[in-house]
Amino acid sequence: MELTTVWFLLIAVLWIGYFVLEGFDFGVGILLRVLGRNEPERRAVVTTIGPVWDGNEVWLITAAGATFAAFPEWYASLFSGFYLPLLAILFALIIRGVGLEFRGKRDDLEWRDRWDTVIAIGSLIPAFVWGLVFANQVRGVPLDADFEYVGSLAGQFNLYAVLGGVALTALFVTHGAIFLALRTTDDLRLRANRLAARTGVVTVLLVAGWLLWTFDLRGSTASGVVAGAALVALLGGLAANRAGREGWAFGGTAAAIGLAVASLFVAMWPAVLPSTVNPAWSLTVTNAASTPYTLKILTVVGAIFTPLVLAYQGWTYWVFRKRVSVEPVAVA
Amino acid sequence: MDTLDLARWQFAITTVYHFFFVPVTLSLVALVAGLQTAWYRTGKEKYLRLTKFYGKLFLINIAMGVVTGLVQEFQFGMNWSDYSRFVGDVFGAPLALEGLLAFFLESTFIGLWMFGWDRLPKAVHLACIWMVVLGTQLSAYFILAANSWMQNPVGFRYNAERGRAELTDIGAVLTNKVVLVTYPHTIFAAFMVGGAFVAGVAIWHLVRRPGADVGAFRTALRLGAVTVLIAGAGVALSGDQQGKVMTEVQPMKMAAAEALYESEQPASFSIFTVGTLDGSREVFSLKVPYLLSFLGTGDFNSEVKGINPLQESYEKLYGPGSYKPNIPLTYWTFRLMIGVGMASVAIAAWALWATRRGRAPDKWLALMALPLPLLPLVANCFGWIFTETGRQPWLVFGLLPTASGVSPGTTSAEVITSLAVFTLLYGVLAVVEVKLMFRSIRAGLPPDQPEPVEDEPGKPLSFAY
Ligand code: HDD
Ligand code: HEM
Ligand code: HEM
Repeated sequence: MELTTVWFLLIAVLWIGYFVLEGFDFGVGILLRVLGRNEPERRAVVTTIGPVWDGNEVWLITAAGATFAAFPEWYASLFSGFYLPLLAILFALIIRGVGLEFRGKRDDLEWRDRWDTVIAIGSLIPAFVWGLVFANQVRGVPLDADFEYVGSLAGQFNLYAVLGGVALTALFVTHGAIFLALRTTDDLRLRANRLAARTGVVTVLLVAGWLLWTFDLRGSTASGVVAGAALVALLGGLAANRAGREGWAFGGTAAAIGLAVASLFVAMWPAVLPSTVNPAWSLTVTNAASTPYTLKILTVVGAIFTPLVLAYQGWTYWVFRKRVSVEPVAVA
Repeated sequence: MDTLDLARWQFAITTVYHFFFVPVTLSLVALVAGLQTAWYRTGKEKYLRLTKFYGKLFLINIAMGVVTGLVQEFQFGMNWSDYSRFVGDVFGAPLALEGLLAFFLESTFIGLWMFGWDRLPKAVHLACIWMVVLGTQLSAYFILAANSWMQNPVGFRYNAERGRAELTDIGAVLTNKVVLVTYPHTIFAAFMVGGAFVAGVAIWHLVRRPGADVGAFRTALRLGAVTVLIAGAGVALSGDQQGKVMTEVQPMKMAAAEALYESEQPASFSIFTVGTLDGSREVFSLKVPYLLSFLGTGDFNSEVKGINPLQESYEKLYGPGSYKPNIPLTYWTFRLMIGVGMASVAIAAWALWATRRGRAPDKWLALMALPLPLLPLVANCFGWIFTETGRQPWLVFGLLPTASGVSPGTTSAEVITSLAVFTLLYGVLAVVEVKLMFRSIRAGLPPDQPEPVEDEPGKPLSFAY
């Protein structure tokens, strides 16, 4: 296989990892004030993602860093082209990260309550905006002959992309609810399970609509198959949720997110940022790539360290596998 | 202001802000790991309580370091897309390595350490914080290697057809002589901040709460102050090395640091100057003869090149244009970095002396609790402003002028928006973080007996949410 292909795949894997992992973080954040009715419950909700959210976010940092290294042109055009959406994401990730770390540092209900709102907003914005950005990416953006983005912000809010944002948000909410059902106990667990069942119905409709539309815009047999598998996984996950099989349910939504994102990458291939002005001006794995030497180094390092990262991140989930129960708290 | 100026301001503001938290993180995590190791080995309660106390302060700090770091990474693509296209093949590699090798390690093991107090065996839990130390050091090395490549590009070839730099030797990039001196210097400078922070907090407690946890805070004070002294020596030695490398690879920066217009042999170092720094007239200047020659080359009698002859030779090399950085800025930041930073060493020495053999700190020392950590922090800023503005007008020295790096398609309105968002947000967060820091410092050490968390509901975990 060509190294450019390998890196296209690896970057897809990094984004998939990011959306699967931070997907439930976002879902949990959005639901923090919905499912957590009082401070002890909210603390339990936040504790489910406490030890892992930062590690999950590094998937994003690495995805961006790897894109910079392996496909500099892609990184440059994508990040400068989606300037304001990415600014919104940065803003949200900043307030959310600070919120998650600071909320528990004071024994003060009002303080915690305020940060909970911040966390919810900071989780909602990136969920939607990432959907918007990725949808636009697949649909194609106006790139000129120098691969510079020449479109407007308004152009990024087309109906297809907005649907992408809403669908991804819904998917994350359901994924997060199922994660909570898996990680908590008693009443909270039951409520999370029921919520997932309800949001699940809407999610299926939104995601199916969006994936169909994607297929219509830029579909191939392969991308259609992967998208279909995403829907099957989602339905399977929801069925398992109804049956109270939380592990399977979580596996289902995780697979659904992974496959849905994968289908976008398959649909784009070999372009990484298709141009809507002139197909010849599209960025592809070839004209966006770094030199074979750089790709080789990245490949060697990636081959050694990725398994290591997966091993210790996996170990973290194992260490904190015990369900989080709602404990009374002595907070003023 | 045009897009270029705005993007430069934004980069300067966000990076310097990021670097308020970075040195604290780099050093405090190692000091906390040291304290926890002391507890593990001696079993003394005071070490555990200090670990938890400073550990909490560390966590408050790192949260800010993490979220502001993300901005840095995105900014290259958003504001500096042509720069990214130009350097991606070379610069991207250390950045990707940083993510894969360093950030994953750091963030995962922080989570394990923070929540793992009652879940992991003692030794494993201790190992976790040392993994975080390793992660932060790796992260500093890789990012400094990337930055050093911009100061002194090595291990690449220029591809004229694609108009970009291409990596030919990763080993050369990772062992760039600039990074070999920059890394120790930055790490020592960071330890000055962390040591001063630990000592400053301890002084405050000893004075404000005489009688409470005296033993523990005395230990902290002395640990912090000794750290500042050792790191201060390290900073001076490595800084001296840096000066020599700089004279070699960027002689203009050294000339600008001294506002030396004509070449001199031997060259003297001015402590400060009253008057203008434009080379025309000098009202008053306090000079140490031979010192600049020594700083720049290690030889008291050697020649140091001046700004004017360098400008001439650069014009021959790179074509017409000004190759001078902002002289007053480089001149003053260089002096302030050294002066302000070394002032903290003096305070640390004083603190050690004043508390020798069980003496309690007096009210004069108490006044130093705040300036002690602030001085090295500010010195760090000056150091970076010096390094980065002294490189101007180059973004990548000798290869890519700053003006050619900015995103061509990005509008000033966009940059103004992001500049405003970051400035406001960072301002608000600074207030929140400082208040929270003070509150946690005032709360003092956690209670004597570490609570067995699992079986004792009703008490929030000291670290958890
Ligand atoms: C506590 C902070 C602190 C202190 C006391 C010093 N420095 Fe420093 N210095 C830094 C913190 C710093 C820094 C912020 O960490 C910089 C910016 C980039 C870097 O590598 O380190 C720096 C850069 C820097 C550079 C620029 C390197 C370049 O651009 O290539 C030189 C030549 C020195 N330092 C030399 C010194 C000397 C001779 C010192 C004498 C005692 C000194 N520094 C004290
Ligand atoms: C690997 C790390 C770094 C890289 C890649 C980097 C790169 C850059 C870039 C792209 C610019 C914008 C162009 C310019 O205006 O010069 C810049 C400017 C600047 N950076 Fe750095 N930088 C790094 C680290 C830092 C750090 C840690 C600090 C300070 C804490 C810093 C301080 C500045 C300042 C003050 C400017 C403004 C200079 C000016 O506009 O004249 N940099 N740097
Ligand atoms: C402009 C260039 C820089 C970029 C792109 C950058 C990027 C980042 C990112 C993305 C993070 C967050 C990592 C996480 O989520 O765990 C971070 C944190 C960190 N950075 Fe930077 N950084 C820059 C400058 C520097 C420099 C010059 C140093 C050190 C010399 C440094 C040292 C660190 C350290 C130690 C951390 C982890 C601790 C903390 O978050 O405070 N960074 N950086």
